[in-house]
Amino acid sequence: MKRGLIVVLALLALSLPQWAGGIYYINLASQVLIAALFALSLNLLVGYAGLTSLGHAGYLGMSAYLSGWLMLNLGWGHGASAAAALLGTTVMAAIFGLVALRATGISFLMITLALGQILWGVAYRWVGVTGGDNGLSGLTRPSPFGIDLGKADNFYYFALAVLLLVFACIAVWVGSPFGASIRATKDQPRRMSALGFNVWLIRWIAFVVSGFFGAVAGLLYVYYHQFISPHSLALSNSAEMLLMVIAGGPGTLLGPLLGATAVVLLKNIASAYIDHWIMLLGFFYLFIVMFVPGGIVAGLDRLSKSLRSRQVASNKVQP
Amino acid sequence: MNFWLIQSLNSLALGGVLFTLAAGFSLIFGLMRVANLSHGAYFMLGAYVGLSVLDQGWGFGWAIIAAGVTVAVFGAVVERLVLRRLAGNSLAQVLATLGIAFIIADGSLWIWGGDPRSVSAPEFLSGGMELFGATFPKYRLAVVVISMLVAIGLWLLLDKTRLGVMIRASVDDMQMARAIGIPASRLFTIVFCLGAALAGIGGVIAAPILSVYPGLDADMLPLALVVVILGGLGSLAGAFIGSFLIGFIYTFGQVLVPDLAYIILFLPMVIILAARPRGLFGRISA
Repeated sequence: MKRGLIVVLALLALSLPQWAGGIYYINLASQVLIAALFALSLNLLVGYAGLTSLGHAGYLGMSAYLSGWLMLNLGWGHGASAAAALLGTTVMAAIFGLVALRATGISFLMITLALGQILWGVAYRWVGVTGGDNGLSGLTRPSPFGIDLGKADNFYYFALAVLLLVFACIAVWVGSPFGASIRATKDQPRRMSALGFNVWLIRWIAFVVSGFFGAVAGLLYVYYHQFISPHSLALSNSAEMLLMVIAGGPGTLLGPLLGATAVVLLKNIASAYIDHWIMLLGFFYLFIVMFVPGGIVAGLDRLSKSLRSRQVASNKVQP
Repeated sequence: MNFWLIQSLNSLALGGVLFTLAAGFSLIFGLMRVANLSHGAYFMLGAYVGLSVLDQGWGFGWAIIAAGVTVAVFGAVVERLVLRRLAGNSLAQVLATLGIAFIIADGSLWIWGGDPRSVSAPEFLSGGMELFGATFPKYRLAVVVISMLVAIGLWLLLDKTRLGVMIRASVDDMQMARAIGIPASRLFTIVFCLGAALAGIGGVIAAPILSVYPGLDADMLPLALVVVILGGLGSLAGAFIGSFLIGFIYTFGQVLVPDLAYIILFLPMVIILAARPRGLFGRISA
């Protein structure tokens, strides 16, 4: 059933510009893809390694600002600035990992939140480099292999290709023996260290890889918006990403995709009617945490199981 | 010379404000293992409530009382209706408090608008005061005194009263405390209300210094987090030392290298975490 679902989703995604009906919807779909990338990368930490981070928007910021600044101030091309942004952000993730992984659980969450807010503060205050509240504008989209990403459907396919690539990487990675050891450090850290695994190192690697994919998403983000400002690094943005993971289903491959779709669509639909997206985000948080623990994927699983058991029960009664 | 004295006083005043925020945060965490991410929002809510009371022409004392009571009642509702249902799942509790923080933040924006509001200090505390040949703003001196009184009051409460004994016992060993008949459930509500009220009062006290604006919550929360990461969770002494440490580092950082004040904040956190992951006075490993 799951495989069928994936095939249907893939076909829908591939043909989207044909049936979406307008640039607005294609752009919306691109936003969903970018959000899904963030959620996928964060899910590595939250879902698989059991480390709930509230600073993931920091990677978006670092990657976007770094590539933007290199292009604007040093005149670097898209390729070089993208490579530098990925490298720089991954190095930052490696350093942040050293700090944040001094703790786990709630303390880890608090440290990542503080780190994320510090980055936000730097983006906001270091006006000489980041442009302060105005951010960096006048950025451009790249044209890989001569394909103009300025066009909505070209950008959509580009984002889709990146998402599928990252999805495949993550699927292979979490299915590998190393992925199994990451999940094991979440469930049984003590046994893992008793078995001779270096739990800290496994977590740190997961942290860095999550940061790297976050940087990839950050690049797409800045290409899409052609603009970056401190608002993109705000706590509410990190919380949005975490909500995508938690609402979708942490520790599942499809959960982040579903969660990202739900959150982005809700955000866009809601903001057409009311200005108070942040408040809605808050209520959505409460709702998910209190009534849908485990996320949409687990909720659907439970629903289909209870339907099936009801069917089985009625089949038994009939004869 | 004057510069250093004045900035030191500013640091002490910020430290005092941070203490009212961090003390409650730390106590709540120590007792309930809930990292209350809406604490910064309580601070801002208190400031806005105080502002409204002052707008009505009532005095500063009433503003403080109204803010404390309002935020405490709000805290009680949150504790009873939300956190209690999620008992035992600390991650869900943290995320719920985050949701509540967003609801308060956006609700305040809705009710009080987006413009920053300045608040003037009560008349008898406005102006300056001659000390050691320098003029100090009276209000900041008063904030330092008030925060000291709060610290002493909290210390007396925790160290000298029956309630404090029960709280400390529950912080150290919840299961044993329950087993000998300490009403932990009631303690949770009391401590959560107390922490929330302190944050609300802190908001009013800080208003003449920081002014009141949307985003005040997001500015204060990380400072409080850094304070408790430094000082150690669940420790009043840790919150006290951490607050004044961060008060000094942040104030001087802002004056001397305004662009990089936030990076400077990052350094003590890294150093402490590297050397003592539990914080300076931390007794709890979370």
